[in-house]
Amino acid sequence: MVLVLALGDLHIPHRAADLPPKFKSMLVPGKIQHVICTGNLCVKEVHDYLKTVCPDLHIALGEYDEETRYPETKTLTIGQFKLGVGHGHQVIPWGDLDSLAMLQRQLDVDILVTGHTHQFTAYKHEAGVVINPGSATGSYSSINYDVNPSFVLMDIDGLRVVVYVYELIDGEVKVDKIDFKKTTASST
Amino acid sequence: MRAFDELRKLEIFFKEESNRGCSIVELYELVQHAGNILPRLYLLCTVGSVYIRSKEAPAKDVLKDLIEMCRGIQHPVRGLFLRSYLSQVSRDKLPDIGSEYEGDADTAMDAVEFVLQNFTEMNKLWVRMQHQGPARDKEKREKERSELRDLVGKNLHVLSQIEGVDLDMYRETVLPRVLEQVVNCKDEIAQYYLMDCVIQVFPDEYHLQTLETILGACPQLQPSVDIKTVLARLMERLSNYAASSAEVLPVFFQVEAFAKLNIAIGKVIEAQDDMPVYGAVTLYASLLTFILHVHPDRLDYVDQILGACVKKLSGKGKLDDSKATKQIVALLSAPLDKYKDIDTALKLSNYPRVMEHLDNGTNKEMSNVIIQSIMKNRTYISTAEKVEALFELIKGLIKDIDENHQDELDEDDFKEEQNSVARLIQLLYTDDTEEMMKIIHTVRKHILTGGPKRLPFTVPPFTFSALKLVRRLQSQNENVSGEEAAATPKDIFQILMQTIEALSSVPVPELALGLYLQCAEAANDCDLEPVAYEFFTQAYILYEEEISDSKAQVTSIHLIIGTLQRMHVFGVENRDTLTHKATGYSSKLLKKPDQCRAVYACSHLFWLDEHNDMKDGERVMLCLKRALRIANAAQQMANASRGSSGSVVLFIEILNKYLYFYEKGVLQVTIDSIQSLIELIKQEMSGENTTADLSADAFFASTLRYIQFQKDKGGVVAEKYSPIKAEFAETS
Repeated sequence: MVLVLALGDLHIPHRAADLPPKFKSMLVPGKIQHVICTGNLCVKEVHDYLKTVCPDLHIALGEYDEETRYPETKTLTIGQFKLGVGHGHQVIPWGDLDSLAMLQRQLDVDILVTGHTHQFTAYKHEAGVVINPGSATGSYSSINYDVNPSFVLMDIDGLRVVVYVYELIDGEVKVDKIDFKKTTASST
Repeated sequence: MRAFDELRKLEIFFKEESNRGCSIVELYELVQHAGNILPRLYLLCTVGSVYIRSKEAPAKDVLKDLIEMCRGIQHPVRGLFLRSYLSQVSRDKLPDIGSEYEGDADTAMDAVEFVLQNFTEMNKLWVRMQHQGPARDKEKREKERSELRDLVGKNLHVLSQIEGVDLDMYRETVLPRVLEQVVNCKDEIAQYYLMDCVIQVFPDEYHLQTLETILGACPQLQPSVDIKTVLARLMERLSNYAASSAEVLPVFFQVEAFAKLNIAIGKVIEAQDDMPVYGAVTLYASLLTFILHVHPDRLDYVDQILGACVKKLSGKGKLDDSKATKQIVALLSAPLDKYKDIDTALKLSNYPRVMEHLDNGTNKEMSNVIIQSIMKNRTYISTAEKVEALFELIKGLIKDIDENHQDELDEDDFKEEQNSVARLIQLLYTDDTEEMMKIIHTVRKHILTGGPKRLPFTVPPFTFSALKLVRRLQSQNENVSGEEAAATPKDIFQILMQTIEALSSVPVPELALGLYLQCAEAANDCDLEPVAYEFFTQAYILYEEEISDSKAQVTSIHLIIGTLQRMHVFGVENRDTLTHKATGYSSKLLKKPDQCRAVYACSHLFWLDEHNDMKDGERVMLCLKRALRIANAAQQMANASRGSSGSVVLFIEILNKYLYFYEKGVLQVTIDSIQSLIELIKQEMSGENTTADLSADAFFASTLRYIQFQKDKGGVVAEKYSPIKAEFAETS
């Protein structure tokens, strides 16, 4: 059982002062094995904070990030799954699932994690899953009016991944989960 | 001390003697015949102790006699030890309440009298030590003195232990006598030690009731006495006492503790004119802590102290005494810690005035402390007035106070500092839209004074704060129709336009471009076409004139196309102009792959799902064909310059776009065009000069798999896809 935290679009300090305290108290160091971040942190302090939650940190470059050396996209393998991460402002139309699926095919990954829209989505299709963890701070977005702070925790176990989404709605943390099973489709 | 132990044995011997018949009185007489005075007196005390114990004479008389006899020794050190022995030996024989030595004539008063007298004499001896011997040995003497001070202090301890010393006796007799001696001895070391002793030894309730007396003695002490430490300790004890239980608080009010302390401190500071600044501030800091414990709700008291501080500091300008500044920071931090709500601190009118006297560095440090306190407590600052007051306080962070003073702040530290200001801006908020508008105006006024160094940090949070207000006004306008809104989105957009313009002085064109586009989208949502167009114009101007770095251009293009794609407010003409420009920029990017990608991204500008009148299949295809041409050119260039064909990835990307639009129902994307593109890709991949590209292969494979998935879906989709022949290519 491997826990992977996916979050992004914090926009600290441009659009938000800090993570919600309820989220901060949940993100305890040592419990999570990997962190995937879709970008737009935006400053070094946030990077350092995420590093304390888990040292294995993968970040994609967002358009407001202070640190410009993050990669535009990144792929990694965790267990049986290939994951890819990008910020998503490069995929036009923004938030369009078919266009994101194209990026997924291009990166050749089972799970694609992108952000930019500040809206949680988990889209399953034959070739895999497209996940958007939303904005961890619930910050302003021109695309989405109704933004609640949210992040995603993936539990990867063999050929199965359970995606838990945590959303802060009206002061309470609500959890939802979605199951995905990878078929052992062999890629030539 | 060993001698004392020996004498104790002697005492036991004497007692035995008396039991054996030799009368105590006789013994008492006998020992007085001893030759040398010092041993004589020690013996006398010893016998005296046995005498009292035997109760053959009233304790009071014996004690009186002894203490008079001890006057015979005027040598300071010997006298001190002798009297100390007397004190020790008589300790348990004092005629206290409840003790066996109490009689009709012997009362606790006598006990007190005895101890007081002993104390007085001992102090005199102790002080006399100071003046003995040559001046050059002064330091040595003072050291000796401090070693012996406990001997004197013990008397006070004994006094405090006497049961009979209740509040009244303390107030009427004990304290005045002690203080009289302390003041009259005019010796700095004695005064300091003894004042401190009195404070530590006697209970806090007594101190409360006798505050005036003890405070009255303070100005009468020698100017060189470190009275501030004494007072500080007194206040500390009283603060802790107040904190220990709520029941004692009313007593504090009753005796008007604060008023008395305040006056006393004032007098001390006045009397000791040359007291260093940090001393005065320490006193005020202790008094402030006292108030925070005892009268936390009396903001006027707190302000009074700060005011007194200001008065003391007035005329001194900026302090550069680091001890003083440390104390001032402690003074200012205390209310923050106690009240946890910056609102309260903002009400203290003297607070900013005290801050004025800090040098720039410490001022910033204090400002940071304030911000940290706000962030920790997550308190929102909810009126423009408070925002104004707050920004006044932290103005060291907001702008350069001293034009000539160059801040040697390290770059990282500066960033951190400004980032915390940015976070602070997020906390300036209220639900009331009118008040929020005022807050926006106030914030803007201040951040514009920050200069080019600070604007990149402060303008973004300001912008988003304003855009959030726009959203709230939008939803408000939907509910409240017909009423004249005090603030409209249009006003806010005007402010935003001007504020973002200020970034050109830095300059940070990419940031400004991003912000303009955010505003454009917001204007789009408000149906303000001219405003949105203006924002786009500004963004485009920045792109054309200021953004020349290739990577920055690519990001900016993505933002432009992405934003434009979502705009529905534009009329045909405006839309055409903007789109034309965007495609133009795309095809002029430096690197061919970037060009290609930007151009096919533009294809989305001509096909908006939600608007049937914005679906132009022909122009979509034009874009895609153009992208194809660019990809071809890229291949040829790679062939020519490197002798091998470049990656075929661009073709695969365009193929995916073909499929996308084909599915959407764009008629111009024909099956033939898709098929020929597939063949082209296969050709390129199996060509002789092709370099193996695993990722391109994987991409192509997953694309073909996708086509197969669609065929397998059945229904309309399968029908669409069935004519497409897409077998897995053999990768060599």
